[in-house]
Amino acid sequence: MSEFILVNSGHNRDDEASKLGMWLFLFTELLLFGGLFLVYSIYRYLNADAFLHASYNLNVIMGTVNTVVLLTSSWTVAMSVTAMQKGNINLSVKLIYATIFFALVFLVIKFFEWSAKIEHGLFPGMEHLNQLEPGSKLFFFLYYFMTGLHGLHVIVGGIILGFVLFAIRKKRTNPGKYMFLENAALYWHLVDVIWIFLFPLFYLIH
Amino acid sequence: MSLSIAQPISFYDSKKGLYSWIFSTDHKRIGLLYFYAISGFFLVAVALGVLMRLELIAPGKTIMEAKTYNQVFTLHGVIMIFLFLIPSVPAVFGNFFLPIMIGTDDVAFPKVNLLSWWLYVIGGLFALSTLIVGKGAADTGWTFYAPYSVRTGTNVTLAVLAAFILGFSSILTGLNFIVTIHRLRSPKMGWFQMPLFSWALYATAWIQVLATPIIGITLLMIAAERVFGLGLFDPSLGGDPILYQHLFWIYSHPAVYIMVLPAMGLISEMIPTFAKRTIFGYKAIAYSSLAIAFIGYFVWGHHMFTSGMSGPARIIFSILTFLVAVPSAIKVFNWVATLYKGSILIKTPLLFSLAFIFQFLIGGLTGLVVGALATDVHLHDTYFVVGHFHYVMFGGAGFGFFGALHYWFPKMFGKMYREKTAQTAFTFMFIGFNMLYFPMLILGIMGMPRRYYDYLPEFTTLNVISTVGSWILATGIIIMVVNLIQSARKGEKAPENPWGGTTLEWQTASPPSLHNFDREPVISPNGPYDHS
Repeated sequence: MSEFILVNSGHNRDDEASKLGMWLFLFTELLLFGGLFLVYSIYRYLNADAFLHASYNLNVIMGTVNTVVLLTSSWTVAMSVTAMQKGNINLSVKLIYATIFFALVFLVIKFFEWSAKIEHGLFPGMEHLNQLEPGSKLFFFLYYFMTGLHGLHVIVGGIILGFVLFAIRKKRTNPGKYMFLENAALYWHLVDVIWIFLFPLFYLIH
Repeated sequence: MSLSIAQPISFYDSKKGLYSWIFSTDHKRIGLLYFYAISGFFLVAVALGVLMRLELIAPGKTIMEAKTYNQVFTLHGVIMIFLFLIPSVPAVFGNFFLPIMIGTDDVAFPKVNLLSWWLYVIGGLFALSTLIVGKGAADTGWTFYAPYSVRTGTNVTLAVLAAFILGFSSILTGLNFIVTIHRLRSPKMGWFQMPLFSWALYATAWIQVLATPIIGITLLMIAAERVFGLGLFDPSLGGDPILYQHLFWIYSHPAVYIMVLPAMGLISEMIPTFAKRTIFGYKAIAYSSLAIAFIGYFVWGHHMFTSGMSGPARIIFSILTFLVAVPSAIKVFNWVATLYKGSILIKTPLLFSLAFIFQFLIGGLTGLVVGALATDVHLHDTYFVVGHFHYVMFGGAGFGFFGALHYWFPKMFGKMYREKTAQTAFTFMFIGFNMLYFPMLILGIMGMPRRYYDYLPEFTTLNVISTVGSWILATGIIIMVVNLIQSARKGEKAPENPWGGTTLEWQTASPPSLHNFDREPVISPNGPYDHS
């Protein structure tokens, strides 16, 4: 006698469940950064002038370029999902490579931004930063913490896309079964969306 | 087609070997792995608690230095909160029984479930490693209040990272349960045919998913302050320590509902079974779980009435705190009403449930006392708060956990526990518990502050009573543990449904087979508690 199997088995493939799980996970990521946005807004409210002065030290051009880079990468990853849905695996793979390339560009620009600041002694514990007024110090603490954590998410997102490439090569992700790619793309959009908020908060508000 | 499988292979026997356990994706095995780890941590923290009570048996230094005492209560708190209470019911009974009770064979993401177990193990190792590396265990209290947590030389960084990792584990469990309940219910089971334990887990899971990230980021900020010298909460560098308290309690108040809501779900399962009646007010209990989870988000400020907050803010937080009492009272009312005119079978799980109701009532009402502004100013940071908290957490969540352990013991281990010994253990625990914590409420009103290793001589008598209570409680726990271990080894074989329960887990073998159901589960159209 064959074994009895339930129709609603947890081992069935369920794309809806994967998507629901991913969205719940994205909620937690939003709340993770939400806590930081809360801290930012309170300290900005308490130290409005000092935050403004400190923000002049940031390079708006580099920030803008990075925003464009990330937005473009979100576009390429979205197209990659569509290409996979339409059965064009080749194009989908190329677009994922493009996304990872943009992620690297973002990180390189970020690296130059940070090292320029550190050269000027603007890092926690360094001389220049220690001389600033308390509010401006807070600005830089938050700047490093929030863009640092975001940078970490860029790295993780890039690694996940690398795994997607691997799964496509092994044919585990294919035009009939592309939830892994779609969820990775959702994660990538989250990374992008968070930057869309970080950019004006640190570079633009005057 | 017939009931030819006389003896289905249980999930214990379907595979053998260590790897088949620690890398298992079966929800029942993961539940048991959690159970063994959680029980171990619980016993360690109980031992620490007994040591603290021993220190407090007389004024002055008794067995340890002030700093050691600080480290002991911190470790006791961290283990009890992050390693026992938060995972306890969802990770053990939720993992084991949620899929069975909604008529399926696993959670939605079995591999994620295994990942969250491993994160739990890693977090636990981090917490324990604070004892041996660096300058000793953290001495900040489990609340890690800044700026002391930033300045102390003890191992705070490792401790907060442990809590961060454990939080991640808790999020993944919650996420898994939400998706499981949405997607994997038996096709014949609507939302309001679900057992109430699933409702409680569902409400809890949302708190786990939506509140835990806040503590995650807050603790990361503390770690960054210590490692990189950021000054986010250190006033000497421009930060605001009160903001830390806000962020901490934005998670940690909802977290107490993570601890107690699933236990309330357990009581809602046990009472109908032992009263042989359908539950009174099914929908009211289900909705009150959601209401507690929802309102619970907006009451965190009541931990900070004395920390400096505007008058209107304090009044609003106080009103909201009173509001949470309403859904909690609805549940108590419904449990008592279920017992009314029931044909009551007095077994250990029911005794634990009744103790839950009694102790949760004391815990809840004393909660209103500290939730009111005028009384809180007097009672803040006294032993009254310690008493209140333990009445809800241990007297509530803890007793619910032990009740469910006896209730589902036959299903989990396939053996019956010895009823008489279990009731003896319960009696010791009930008497010891109340003797341990009730004097704390009085001591608090008298003005004894908490978190000191010393006290004024006039508090001695009540402290001695309390310490003796801790011995009785510990004796009860030891009897219970020995009884359960012996019963699991050579107890009587358990039948499929020893208590006459009506929920789906009683339609599986004891212990269940790997896929839980060997035949199509029968779901009553009259709801999960159809005792007619």
